[in-house]
Amino acid sequence: MANKILAILEQREGSLKKVSYEVASVASKLAKELNLEVEAVVVGADVNDLNNISKYGIQKVIHLKNSEFSNYTSSGYTEAISNYSKEVNAVCLIVGNTSLGNDLAPRLAVKLNSGCITDCVNLQVESGEVIATRPIYAGKAFTKAKLSSVVKVFTIRPNVFKAELNENETCNIEIKEISSPNLKSKVVSFKKSEGKLDVAEADIIVSGGRGMKGPENFNLIESLADSLGAAVGASRAVVDAGWRPHREQVGQTGKTVSPSLYVACGISGAIQHLAGMSTSKYIVAINKDKDAPIFSVADYGIAGDLFEILPVLTEEIKKIRS
Amino acid sequence: MKIAVCVSHVPDTATRIKIGADRKTIDPTGVTYIINPYDEFAVEEALKTKEKIGGDSIVYAISVGGDTNKESIRKALAMGVDEGILLKDDSIRDSFGIAHALADEIKSLGCEIAFFGKQSVDFDNSITGQVTAELLGYNCVPVVVDFKLEGSKITAEREIEGGREVVETELPAIITTQKGLNEPRYASLKGIMASKKKTIAEKAAAQSPNHSEIIDMNLPTSKQPGRILGTDSSAVAELVKLLREEAKVI
Repeated sequence: MANKILAILEQREGSLKKVSYEVASVASKLAKELNLEVEAVVVGADVNDLNNISKYGIQKVIHLKNSEFSNYTSSGYTEAISNYSKEVNAVCLIVGNTSLGNDLAPRLAVKLNSGCITDCVNLQVESGEVIATRPIYAGKAFTKAKLSSVVKVFTIRPNVFKAELNENETCNIEIKEISSPNLKSKVVSFKKSEGKLDVAEADIIVSGGRGMKGPENFNLIESLADSLGAAVGASRAVVDAGWRPHREQVGQTGKTVSPSLYVACGISGAIQHLAGMSTSKYIVAINKDKDAPIFSVADYGIAGDLFEILPVLTEEIKKIRS
Repeated sequence: MKIAVCVSHVPDTATRIKIGADRKTIDPTGVTYIINPYDEFAVEEALKTKEKIGGDSIVYAISVGGDTNKESIRKALAMGVDEGILLKDDSIRDSFGIAHALADEIKSLGCEIAFFGKQSVDFDNSITGQVTAELLGYNCVPVVVDFKLEGSKITAEREIEGGREVVETELPAIITTQKGLNEPRYASLKGIMASKKKTIAEKAAAQSPNHSEIIDMNLPTSKQPGRILGTDSSAVAELVKLLREEAKVI
């Protein structure tokens, strides 16, 4: 039997996160190139939609199940997955680089005596080895690296790898009840933040900077974000000034993001900010200073007064969306 | 109680990165190094924890690397940390190599809690705290924005997508710190003067093989500057059309 590569899926409240489909696609693609057998693993209580994973090239899902697994427990999930990995002699694990994945993957790596490369934006097989490309210095540079350990753990940045559909496949779901899970460390509750969408997960982000002139003007950003179904982001300057919460900060000491569309409003483009968003697929800049560095990374720009432009843009988007 | 805070020494975030001749490291010419910004929250939380517990609690700042890391250890001392320890190794270590050295020292000092910045803003691996904890068999809560310690019980809030998770666990533990947890104190003049007089203990870092190997380092391909479509809202119609028809993102 071939060695195994495991796609570690992520569920919240019983539903698979979008990154799980990307993880499944990456694992099934690597399995073909490395001649490995691929399986998906999910830890949870009740998990819906597991059948869907077959569309992404995986025919077998292992559900490590316990009623205590509805919420994340780092100790419990680590033990359940590492035990299963050892049992089937897995040689490679693919995990999403989410809050959960970034907590879980390094712990699994220690348990499996393996190395771990996080936040990969490309995984390529060269002469039978997996070469990982990842950003460093928040995206100011990139490294190519490989792991020398027998078992290899990689986390992939959400929204970067394509979840590729393979039609006409079926999926075999195997449930393994986990008795007496390790609950030394356990999530007891979740406090939802006010914003509708998180910048780390959003496909479109509308960000505001110092050019917004004050926190009271962020309603312009919020309206545009609403019309696009986007998350609200912010520059470090406005977070440090207390206009916006830190969770919205994009850049080197905030979040590094790669949405399909990034709209920067009143953001001049400090090097730390550009590092955090320049891998966005399309960038729009609206700023009154035509020489602002943000225009050097923008695909499209309007060099004018955002207080005049944003309401018109919001109306225009609403029109095409209705 | 013995409390550790682990600090790294990194290029200032304003640094424009240049790749070194070996294409595996950055060119350090003209680069200013600072204490990792997230580690300042770790230092602050370690000091607050000591102040809360009182008694004969002691805070150690530990760093793995070359002599220049002493600057960041000194910064922690100036903020109020009691003792500085440099685990000396001039070679390049990955997160696992660093974690092995830190785990070894945390264990031999007998620290029940250690604070780390949630990531170093150089390699951004964001795993050193978790790996250290797992090597020690300690509990670990990463990316913490609220921290309470009562007796040996820890209640910590960690930032995740769309909100905060409240995590309960117990000592011994490692906490990795996120912006928002606290306001790091400024070093007082007295603190700065005192830190200069303190001796930073030097020890050889515990040996550990790296698990990863850097093959190449490069800069992102620079993008062609885009089009400025206009200077007022009359350009909006064209912008929307391009986003729909050319970029196909809306």
